[in-house]
Amino acid sequence: MIDRKQAWKRLAAHITNEIVVSTYSSASDWIAEIDRPLNYFAFGAMGLASSHGLGLALAHPERRVFVLDGDGSLLMNLGTLVTIGAVAPKNFTHIVARNDTYEANGGHPIPGRDAHFAGLAREAGIAKSHRIDTLESFEALIPTLLHEDGPIFVELIIQQGELSARSYKEMYRKERRAAFKQALQNG
Amino acid sequence: MSGGGAIMHAPAASPDKGEQAMDQAEAPLQGAAIIAAIKKAGVDYVLSVPDLHTSTGLLKPIAHDPDLKLIRVCKEDETLGIAAGLSYGDRRALILIQYTGFLYAMNAIRAMACEQSMPMCLMIGLLGKEPEKASRDSGRFGVRIIEPLLDVMGIAFHRIAQDADAGLIAPAIEAAYMQSKPVAFLIERRPVHA
Repeated sequence: MIDRKQAWKRLAAHITNEIVVSTYSSASDWIAEIDRPLNYFAFGAMGLASSHGLGLALAHPERRVFVLDGDGSLLMNLGTLVTIGAVAPKNFTHIVARNDTYEANGGHPIPGRDAHFAGLAREAGIAKSHRIDTLESFEALIPTLLHEDGPIFVELIIQQGELSARSYKEMYRKERRAAFKQALQNG
Repeated sequence: MSGGGAIMHAPAASPDKGEQAMDQAEAPLQGAAIIAAIKKAGVDYVLSVPDLHTSTGLLKPIAHDPDLKLIRVCKEDETLGIAAGLSYGDRRALILIQYTGFLYAMNAIRAMACEQSMPMCLMIGLLGKEPEKASRDSGRFGVRIIEPLLDVMGIAFHRIAQDADAGLIAPAIEAAYMQSKPVAFLIERRPVHA
């Protein structure tokens, strides 16, 4: 199993001008690793990070869009896999950190621990779906996630770790959204 | 006060609403007029879950319109996230859903349209609304509560009941995007497709 903080650290080392959408625990670990204007926090309703990312990918076909999601979040919007599979944006990479719990809501288990998210994504029409359970294999996959035509889906098997400090108020503040928009306009 | 018209926040009751509703019942609502208004507003994307009320008059012609990109989603709350993302690339979206979908997506609407004041343009089909009644007086509970819910959420709305009302759409979408605020269009009768 993978330490999510370590996974994000490896990913962050490759990030340049990509849009990175993140949510809940994936977001708090990401922002602790790399705080930058092109980070987008999926505010509002839980489960919609990939929908925000899809809109961003369509609006900015020249940029790669990463979505750093969670298993509990994805379960609240499973239909998104079918929508993404149908729209098939080439610049879209969806990584779901899986530890079988609603980390942000008290660590309760998700309803079904036998679910195979990569399999669900593949059957929903996202052919490039991967299930990764070692840091080394994730790191080896990063160039593919950055450069290969999408959509790409990754189920990242992570361990329950210590949560990074989080402040949704800080993540969602208007100044961040303005900086994000400005960074997009700057090219 | 006509069935379509000014942005409404106040209760719609007026002394002659029954007579006006009867006028609406006799006037057509062409889907083509609504689609022309959407295009005039610079909408690029239509995000939709099918609604029987708008299926023939709007969704089917939109699906075949080369000027509009239709994204069919599985549940209505997806449309709010997609529209938010699109707005960061100056891409305008119309969310075309039934009132039941509006109710389903309420939490996403609360977050993105109300709390974050994103430019969310909702076109809501009032399936089953009786032509001779104002929606607030509908015998259908779900239809009856839509305007009061929009009021309490502070979302401006327009009633679209006849062709002339389509003229309200483009300026309202323009204002929504310029001022970063939500707007709703209530499709009060089933649009026809020539």
